[in-house]
Amino acid sequence: MDFFANHILSAVLFTPLVGATLLLFIPREAELAHKIGGNLFGVLGFLVSLPLVFWWKPGLEPFSFQENVSWIPSIGARYHLGIDGISLLLVMLTTFLGMIAILSSWSAIHQRTKEYYILLLLLQTGMIGVFISLDFFLFYVFWEVMLVPMYFLIGVWGSDRRLYAAIKFFLYTLAGSVVMLLAILALYFYAPVAPGGTRTFDVPTLLAAAQHFSDPLKVWLFWGFFFAFAIKVPMFPFHTWLPDAHTEAPTAGSVILAGVLLKMGTYGFIRFSLPLLPVDSVLRARIIQIVIVLSLVAIVYGALVCLMQKDMKRLIAYSSVSHLGFCTLGIFALTPNGLAGSVIQQINHGISTGALFLIVGVLYERRHTRMISEFGGLATPMPNFAAIYLIISLSSLGMPLLNGFIGEFTILQGAFQVSKAWAAWGVLGVILGAAYLLWLYQRVMFGSVTNPVNEHLPDLNLREMATLVPLVFVAFWIGIYPKPFFTLIEKPVQKIVEQVNPNFYQMERAKLPPVTAPTAMAEAK
Amino acid sequence: MHIAIFSALTEYLRGDGAVILPEVELTLFGLGILLIDFTLGVKERYLNAGLALAGTAFSAFTVWKLRIPVEANGSLYGFHDSVTVDPFFLFFAALFLAATALVILLSVKFLEIEQEQEGEYYALLLFACVGMMFMASGFDLIVMFLGLETMALSFYVLTGFLRREKRSNEASLKYVLLGAFSSAILAYGFSLLYGLTGTTNISNIKLVFSSDAGLSRIIELSQMPGAGGLQAQALLAERYPAALHLDPSLFAHQTILAAAAFILVAVGLFFKVAAVPFHQWAPDVYEGAPTPVTIFVSVASKTASFALLLRLFLVVFWGTQVNWMYLVAGIAVASLTWGNLAALTQTNVKRLLAYSSISHAGYVLLGLVAGNKTAMTGIGYYLLAYIFMTAGAFAILIVLRQKGLIGEELEDLNGLYQRSPSSAVLLLIFMLSLAGIPPTAGFMGKYFIFLALIETKHPVLAVFAVLYIVPALYYYFRIVVHAWLKAPGDAPRPVMSNAQAVALSVAAFVTLAAGLYPEPFTRLAQYAFGR
Repeated sequence: MDFFANHILSAVLFTPLVGATLLLFIPREAELAHKIGGNLFGVLGFLVSLPLVFWWKPGLEPFSFQENVSWIPSIGARYHLGIDGISLLLVMLTTFLGMIAILSSWSAIHQRTKEYYILLLLLQTGMIGVFISLDFFLFYVFWEVMLVPMYFLIGVWGSDRRLYAAIKFFLYTLAGSVVMLLAILALYFYAPVAPGGTRTFDVPTLLAAAQHFSDPLKVWLFWGFFFAFAIKVPMFPFHTWLPDAHTEAPTAGSVILAGVLLKMGTYGFIRFSLPLLPVDSVLRARIIQIVIVLSLVAIVYGALVCLMQKDMKRLIAYSSVSHLGFCTLGIFALTPNGLAGSVIQQINHGISTGALFLIVGVLYERRHTRMISEFGGLATPMPNFAAIYLIISLSSLGMPLLNGFIGEFTILQGAFQVSKAWAAWGVLGVILGAAYLLWLYQRVMFGSVTNPVNEHLPDLNLREMATLVPLVFVAFWIGIYPKPFFTLIEKPVQKIVEQVNPNFYQMERAKLPPVTAPTAMAEAK
Repeated sequence: MHIAIFSALTEYLRGDGAVILPEVELTLFGLGILLIDFTLGVKERYLNAGLALAGTAFSAFTVWKLRIPVEANGSLYGFHDSVTVDPFFLFFAALFLAATALVILLSVKFLEIEQEQEGEYYALLLFACVGMMFMASGFDLIVMFLGLETMALSFYVLTGFLRREKRSNEASLKYVLLGAFSSAILAYGFSLLYGLTGTTNISNIKLVFSSDAGLSRIIELSQMPGAGGLQAQALLAERYPAALHLDPSLFAHQTILAAAAFILVAVGLFFKVAAVPFHQWAPDVYEGAPTPVTIFVSVASKTASFALLLRLFLVVFWGTQVNWMYLVAGIAVASLTWGNLAALTQTNVKRLLAYSSISHAGYVLLGLVAGNKTAMTGIGYYLLAYIFMTAGAFAILIVLRQKGLIGEELEDLNGLYQRSPSSAVLLLIFMLSLAGIPPTAGFMGKYFIFLALIETKHPVLAVFAVLYIVPALYYYFRIVVHAWLKAPGDAPRPVMSNAQAVALSVAAFVTLAAGLYPEPFTRLAQYAFGR
């Protein structure tokens, strides 16, 4: 047990990999065995990650559950894992959505099932690795490795234009990440080395060292990292791979893509890009301005494009562009509210958009089409489906008492503290979001059944319920009682803001009435 | 009992013989194959391959043993300092032997299908390997040139080994013509070097060239009339007698002639490593040669030429690196650009890999541009990775070669996954490594090169180099798409022979191991360039 407790992160990381390896030995024809094996390890992956929550002690050190073993001593790369509150949430999101995505594939995938589940499990390991690596070299390895299973998931099990979408996804992401590789190498090289010491890829050490870099160097490094993350998120001009990849991917692939993969970009912004912002206020303001404008464009443009989509999946894909725009807006507002809201919104987006893709998957399995015009009046034959779909739509568009509201509200609050104009543009995005999601719901669900084929569509079966209900539950949980989530990320967010925007707390304190002699009170005790 | 010839032999093996023992063993085995081949029936011809493998094993063992005296006494020199055994040689010799062994393993079934199972083939493989080893161990222009020609002549014959096939003949002829042309250029460069310095020993050439040694000043003085000249001549006779016979009129133009010599040598070598714009022979030769020979040409010949290039550049021309750095950088960028762009549209896998190997040469040359310690480790690592991943990629094509199916076009790979899952997985690993995706050997090689470029403040080159990974991935994944995502036609299931399986496993093991646990391989590369 002690061994498990000391290596919990490795266990979380490698459980899916073990599953993938075991699946290798099952003969190719045994479809049922692949499904059971895949689901078993999906659930196991989630269960193994649960102790992370139970054993979590807030504020002990910047990173908990650390493991630090030598890997390539001659270049100073180490197997260094560790998580803070932000990565904890993202890891939990990954294992949770991974489990659901695997379960959702039960009846959707019938060809090459063995490879399908192996690839999904490999993908899990890659994504978890990205969130828990505290060594740049290790991080980069996971970051790249994860592309290969995703490429095959889209390329083999996708729909008509899958080959195009798969290679586009791969090339776009690769182009960003190779530039990031250079930035990592530059960071590695320019960080000072203690006399007699060796160079290191250690993330905390390098980011601390980066604080003393000259501003021009920091700006270069910032942009080096920026492209990798901006393509992954994806931010406005770099988003063109996303509609193709999301639309062509199989349901589980879309869920993982939207739910987890995009968060690797925002996670990268928070963890690596913010500490690289230059100190000089003019330079910094210029960078922030560029990034914020891109975020706002993404919010509004993404929402507008959603309004004119004919394909349900493509619509939801573009809605991701808009929602992720909120996340980057929150991050680069550099306020505690913005940052915390952004992290919560990342989780929300994983839950809501993941569920939306599952919902499209449910329809696609029944009708083998995703065209909005093919549907209409589905609420009559599928009442349970209608209820769940409504809740998810509302959660995605930011209805109070549901998760989306909490995230968007906090982000807008954080943005408002910096600039009212930013918040105003953001609110426009919220309104448009309500428009396209409700309009979509109306066209698909309300009215009388227009297409006779749809009259006897079966309602959700038990398995589909099992994939959607947990997501609805989490949506309500975050919507009604988000405090545990905010407590988890409070410390790391505060630390980041103190580091990158030290003026903020001073200004906030200046607004408060002067506190009278707290020291005297302490002495009195 | 005292037998004179034995004691003479042991005496020899303790002295000069020790330095060339690995090569001698290979040669003996090659000659042995030529002898024994006559006695073998058609069905027994595969025994030649066994003998050839044994030869590489013996030679490899000797190379392994030589590591001990090198560690104890530093580099060994023999034959009046014209052959050396140093870590550089040991590293490259091991690479050549590994490549040769892989090629031998992959040749057996291929030659059976082609009905060209001849002993000469294996003997030529071994002789080519001997040539390569002399290219790495040569410390004298003559030895280097002889090594190069031994290798090249064996390759000319091997390329045309499928006598009945037009493509093979055409490739061989092209290779001979362009190869002879480039060798001539190289020889001209060598002759200028000799004319300038009066010696063929490369450390002496370096002595004359390096300005800080003061030697060139003494030579200059010795050519003056009068007492000072005589004094300088006496000094020179003591330290460096070869310089006494230098032509004064040549020496007056030392700088420009040295530059000319450098350019001629460089051009000759760029031909051999197939760097743009001296690459035109490569795709045709790769396509036409029997596939195992293609592996040998692309992997071993390129590495050997790089060994020669590195030896010359690092020893003779290193002092002037700042002057030629940008020339090499230009060649490297041109190779990356042309290699990657031309590969995009190829439909023949062998041609595609030929262009990709041109771009790999570009990466290695970028390491030479950076030229620091990391870059040297990177060059070593890159060449090591290159050998195993390229050999592996071609090996899949050899597995595909069945009776009645050439298996070299992209279409022939269709549905490989359904036909032979293990080959498809291996192919994927090699393609990822060639493209430079972690955790594979190819990524680590690129990692060191990129880091070296950043360390030496060449950010623009670094950005060029990393961005070319993207088109590279595209064309490597064209192969993957055909193997994994296209439906299989009615092509037969490829059957892997045991020898092929061994070769593929070794190649895949090294490709993955050098990516997942790079430490020992890094140490090896650092050892080779221990400077």
